[in-house]
Amino acid sequence: MTDINLKIYRFNPEEESVGKFVEYKVPYVDGMVVLDAVRYVQEKIDPTLAIRWNCKAAKCGSCSAEINNRPSLMCKTRVDSIGNNISVAPMGAYPNIKDLVTDISANWSILKKIPPFTPKPGMEKPWRIHPADVERSKEFKKCIECFLCQDVCHVIREHNTKYFGPRHMVKAASMDMHPLDVLDRSEFLDNEGGIGFCNITKCCQDVCPEHIHITDNAIIQEKERAADLKYDPIAMIIKRRKSRKEKVVK
Amino acid sequence: MEETFKTVKTDVLVIGAGGAGMRASIAVKEAGLDVVMVTKSLLGKAHTVMAEGGIAAALGNVDPQDNWKVHYGDIIEEGVYISNWRMAEICAKEAPDRVFELESYGALFDRTPDGRILQRAFGAHTYRRLCHVGDRTGLEIIKTLEDQILHRDVKFYDEMYITKIVVKNGKACGAIGIKMNTGEFHYFQAKSVIVATGGCGRVYKVTSNSWESTGDGLGLSYEAGAVLKDMEMIQFHPTGMVYPPGVKGLLITEAVRGEGGILLNSKGERYMLRYSPQKKELDARDVVARANYREIQEGRGTEHGGVYLDITSKGADYIKHKLPSMYMQFMEFAGVDITKEKMEVAPTVHYQMGGIRVDPETGHSSLEGLFAAGEVASGLHGANRLGGNSLADILVFGRRAGIGAAEYSKKAKDIDVDAKVINEEISRVKGFLRKDGKNPYELIDRLTTAMSDHVGIVRTKEEIEKAIKIINELKEDYKNVGTLGSFKYNHGLLGCLELGNMLIATEAISRAALMREESRGAHTRVDFPKKDKKWLKNIEIKKADSGMQFNVVPVEEMPEEYKQYAKPEEY
Repeated sequence: MTDINLKIYRFNPEEESVGKFVEYKVPYVDGMVVLDAVRYVQEKIDPTLAIRWNCKAAKCGSCSAEINNRPSLMCKTRVDSIGNNISVAPMGAYPNIKDLVTDISANWSILKKIPPFTPKPGMEKPWRIHPADVERSKEFKKCIECFLCQDVCHVIREHNTKYFGPRHMVKAASMDMHPLDVLDRSEFLDNEGGIGFCNITKCCQDVCPEHIHITDNAIIQEKERAADLKYDPIAMIIKRRKSRKEKVVK
Repeated sequence: MEETFKTVKTDVLVIGAGGAGMRASIAVKEAGLDVVMVTKSLLGKAHTVMAEGGIAAALGNVDPQDNWKVHYGDIIEEGVYISNWRMAEICAKEAPDRVFELESYGALFDRTPDGRILQRAFGAHTYRRLCHVGDRTGLEIIKTLEDQILHRDVKFYDEMYITKIVVKNGKACGAIGIKMNTGEFHYFQAKSVIVATGGCGRVYKVTSNSWESTGDGLGLSYEAGAVLKDMEMIQFHPTGMVYPPGVKGLLITEAVRGEGGILLNSKGERYMLRYSPQKKELDARDVVARANYREIQEGRGTEHGGVYLDITSKGADYIKHKLPSMYMQFMEFAGVDITKEKMEVAPTVHYQMGGIRVDPETGHSSLEGLFAAGEVASGLHGANRLGGNSLADILVFGRRAGIGAAEYSKKAKDIDVDAKVINEEISRVKGFLRKDGKNPYELIDRLTTAMSDHVGIVRTKEEIEKAIKIINELKEDYKNVGTLGSFKYNHGLLGCLELGNMLIATEAISRAALMREESRGAHTRVDFPKKDKKWLKNIEIKKADSGMQFNVVPVEEMPEEYKQYAKPEEY
């Protein structure tokens, strides 16, 4: 392959109000990933280029960006898989700090709100858990918090809603499906997390670098549980009777 | 000059937010004190996330004969008798509690058929001992601890790069840092400081380490006056990727061998039978790494300069279940299907056994008020670390450093530092922003190349001296290093700051390597191929007016009753 035409979105809020794409020529090296090309620019052409990266092994989820308009990890996208005209832009769903770096700190406040792992009280230690029960939660625990699913989500990008976003549905599901956890977070996700806003377009699971079935296995499950609690006619009757009984007892 | 900066006051400042830093912060919070945790990267991205194979803890779930004494013996023997015996004891005894604690925080380990935590075999562990989550144990640990940090409301500043530890009257009492995403300087006033910044693998060209591991904690603590030791002990992991070039050095977990993977040279020979007939592929990392190195050097390597690692005999289902990340890593980076094809591997720099000298009980360094834990601290692993012991290390000693610093801070008084000290530091950092500065990345490239070429897996006097010469030249060049731009998210500036720490780390490594005229553990001298009883010692390093000062001190002798747990050393 010949040289790469690499267009990188540059934006320095200290000097300008809007950003622009700047084109660089980068020599192609066999097997290189987009992060290699971007780092080439940083090391050889302009050291002030702001990028965020860490493990370069698709394990930490730091180098999220929009490569040829698709939310991707820079370290995991091979140049030979997309050709030598490449554009790299920061995640559009988050406020830009500089160049390719965005402010993703809103996620920490959301994570703080999700009720933490709450084990059954009084279990004998060390805990015994059947191997099969571990599997259910395992898929969700693969999440590396790259927030690409948040980035691609049109509910977050285009509508000002209270929807927490796919990452946080996965987080809640990972605990709801923990075999020893006693909480059910679906009602919380419905009331506080805006899970109802998700209209199951499945874009999030399409871009997930860990191939988590975010919509199918986390969001739909949580939605169904929330619906069961709220709208199941039999459950509603039982609930009403219970509350009546409780009133009588009082 | 008057500079602007923000002041943050706390009881304990924790630098670093990997496993050790997070566990230390939790311990301080539990002790009822204020804690501030700062990290160079984002929360939850630290190098701990890269740990794959598992955490070593003698639970005896799979092999009931296992107990802390056997684990202790393994640490001492494979650390080739220069580990601190007390740290080995504490680690072996407390690791199981830390594993159960993780579970109580919500971590989910793989299980045995009867529901207990499953344990896998790993190099030079006598029994199957590594509690694991497939091959992504580090991710599980870091996300579990991140949850605790968030829900316990630990105050943290991410993308905060610390440039100096503040010392007054011989006591560490805070630090100065630059918040990368805003460009603001911060002064953290603290009664004690915990350094948990991880290792320095990035001082080598080919390494499994992430971007962060530039030896920042080593440089900061050395400059503050703390003693470093065992710096010559750099671990080469036997199996790093070799192809394609972009991923050269990337780790292939030891779990591949733990699950039955074998090493072959280009002639198809299983050469570990020659080097280590008993333990074979599962001998200690230094042994296997040297064997791989020799096979490649002697012309029995692969097309891209590696050897083969073969797990295909285990079948596709087993591999995808037990080693999902490895399967994905090779599929997506190299286009190799490891269920059908052999992997090409070669040694890669992986871990620093040496670091800040600490008190085993509390993590207190030789400098009052300064504590350290995790990879940046030294003592536990001696001349060679066993796989799985670093995850045990960060939790066991992270917690202890947290408790130690909290106890210390309860008694300590606030120390006020003259604003001049902070102003001077900010001016120093400002000095790197200049028009005609030398590109830091070029200097870093020369430094890392020199280390890989001359202070590698096999060393000689001549080669090490070449490295020292280059380091000295680079120290001169460093005076003129600089970059354009501002303080806000400026990687060039960060490169300048990191390079300062990298120069300290590399000088310590090279000069200690030159001093130790023997071969022990990870340190192999071709000109001194044998282990030497004279060198049952640790090399300690301290800053003096004249530069680095080296002291050779005998290894602390273990109590008589403990000697039975480890085989006596043979020469």
